[in-house]
Amino acid sequence: MSNMRFPPWAIWAMLAGLAGFAAMIAASVRHNRGVRRSLFAYPYGLWMVVFTIIPLLLIGYYAFTNKAGQFTLDNFKTFWDSNYEMNKQLIELGMDPQTLGSARGTVNVDTLVYSLWMAFLCTAICLFVGYPAALFMADREFKLGSTLVILFIIPMWMNFLLRTIAWMSLLEDNGLINTILSAIGLPRMQLMYNSQAVLLGMVYNYLPFMVFPIYNALAKQDGKLSEAAMDLGASPMLTFWRVTMPLSLPGVISGITMVFMPSVTTFFIPRVLGGGNTEMFGDLIERTFLSADNWNVGSALSLIMMILILMSLTLLRKVDPEGEGGSTI
Amino acid sequence: MKKLLSLVLIALIAFSLLPASAQGVVRVFNWEDYIDPEVISLFEEETGIKVDYMRFTLNEDMMVQVRNSPGYFDLVFPSDYAIERMISEELLQPIDFEKVPNSAQTLDWLQNPDYDPEHKYSIPYMWGTVGILYDANRVKEPIDSWGVLFEDTYKGEVFMLDSPRDALGVALKYLGYSVNSKNPAEIKAAADLLIKQKQDGIVKAYQVDETKDKMVAGEGILAVMWSGDAQYAIDESPEGIDLTYVVPKEGSNVWVDGMVIPASAPNPENALAFIDFLSRPEIAKMNCEYIRYSSPNKGAIELMGEEYTSNTNLNPSQETIDNCEFFHDNADVKVLYDTFWGMVKNAK
Repeated sequence: MSNMRFPPWAIWAMLAGLAGFAAMIAASVRHNRGVRRSLFAYPYGLWMVVFTIIPLLLIGYYAFTNKAGQFTLDNFKTFWDSNYEMNKQLIELGMDPQTLGSARGTVNVDTLVYSLWMAFLCTAICLFVGYPAALFMADREFKLGSTLVILFIIPMWMNFLLRTIAWMSLLEDNGLINTILSAIGLPRMQLMYNSQAVLLGMVYNYLPFMVFPIYNALAKQDGKLSEAAMDLGASPMLTFWRVTMPLSLPGVISGITMVFMPSVTTFFIPRVLGGGNTEMFGDLIERTFLSADNWNVGSALSLIMMILILMSLTLLRKVDPEGEGGSTI
Repeated sequence: MKKLLSLVLIALIAFSLLPASAQGVVRVFNWEDYIDPEVISLFEEETGIKVDYMRFTLNEDMMVQVRNSPGYFDLVFPSDYAIERMISEELLQPIDFEKVPNSAQTLDWLQNPDYDPEHKYSIPYMWGTVGILYDANRVKEPIDSWGVLFEDTYKGEVFMLDSPRDALGVALKYLGYSVNSKNPAEIKAAADLLIKQKQDGIVKAYQVDETKDKMVAGEGILAVMWSGDAQYAIDESPEGIDLTYVVPKEGSNVWVDGMVIPASAPNPENALAFIDFLSRPEIAKMNCEYIRYSSPNKGAIELMGEEYTSNTNLNPSQETIDNCEFFHDNADVKVLYDTFWGMVKNAK
């Protein structure tokens, strides 16, 4: 057991399990109506055991053991002090860590804080842009509504990696945008290799997850309610604030959940659009597993991430106890 | 019905054409995109040995798999420091050089490399250097030092390698230390240099595989790169972008990917036959021209002639090579490199 290691696909399976677990929690929060015992559920049950339960148990196992397979909390100390493992090794080599002037290493905590901040920004922008868009699309007077819905869905037929790489050819120094800028006599701009580009990539990829739950909540609202409000003398503004908006809140909460979760765990986008200059928590976990070849610390970091997501979901559940923010996605 | 019947017949014929499995198999574990596919079919045709070909992208992953699947792989292609590690873990068996007559083709300076001190376990397959690829039209002076990567002159135009050993190795070399330094103070000094380089806004991006295409597209002026990738970029670059590769005067890293046989290999004889086949000058030439890295094979170099020998990127002078170091296994200080690299990646 101590030397139990897995090929790279197993890491991907574990990441998939993580995502699956998050999705499962999200689903159970939204449709909290008990488990139906049915034969049809067995294939999915098997799938869950293989790709969710087992990987989760493995992450737990690695997070609380060292390379020799003994129980330890060192991996969590390494999360708090990213120099912890290094200092331990220096002492083992007979050197004094103090000579390097090493205070607490803040890399891991900083990366987590940065990821949470980026996820917050991404969610806020998605909400700010997505709510009006959903409002337009759900408006029965607006003839192009259903066309807009399709326009939002079409890009999602393409793989997310491809869509992100496509942004690269737009934003590069010699990319499309800069070529157009210089053709009309404007100076070129550095659009890529910074955290704004990463944020742009995140908003672009996750915006539909905000728009559709809100659109659903708005579209299934009975139009008579706002008509009644207007008949009773409320202005369109007041109708929106007192009737339409409160009734769409479950959709908003669902949207926030579905954008925030993948945002916090974002990886790959910082590498492609940020040029590897800014690392998010997902990248840190990947680097710890693959390049640093430290599955134990990597698992501890993953576990901390999962607990954070679980906590934020519990919070949301308090806000939306009925779990009404259903969506079709 | 007729369609189905003909399909079945075609399948039957196809199966009967497969080489007889009586000669057995050789299970090969090589880097991604690191052999001319034609070579495999030539070997199968000639010997009747079936090649079961698998690929990896990281030495670390490869070692995990070899450790965990004893008795599975017959022939593996690790890099220098990985060979050293595998020797120390007793994962390899000595090569019977009598059965690999073509190993005599190996270049003299690679006959006795320090990662395989007794020259018992490995035969070189490909090699190369790490250096700077630059756009000669956009630099102000000839580039010959790593120092140019740390000066303000090319602010925001430098691509670095996104890999702890390679990036820290560059800084270590510039500071006059060994790429294999185990001295914490030296590694810290190298990391501090990289952090300052990043904070000064000199680095455009940390990347690995993407950089060569970016340089072809004129996205940067300087890039730290492996010689083979550099040669690819030079070959692909359009008019107006004059890419040039140099190994800086402070010295650099020279690397070798070798061929080794795991101690537990089930078909070592077949592995030896395949190694000998790959060391044949004509075959080594095919692979070299396909992969575009440097060949360690005298016969292949002779066959490739002037075009290869005059290319200093692929065929640097002995002086340049002697100025470079192999990476050595650094298991006991790996956590230092990884931790300091984390600080570089997260410096703001």
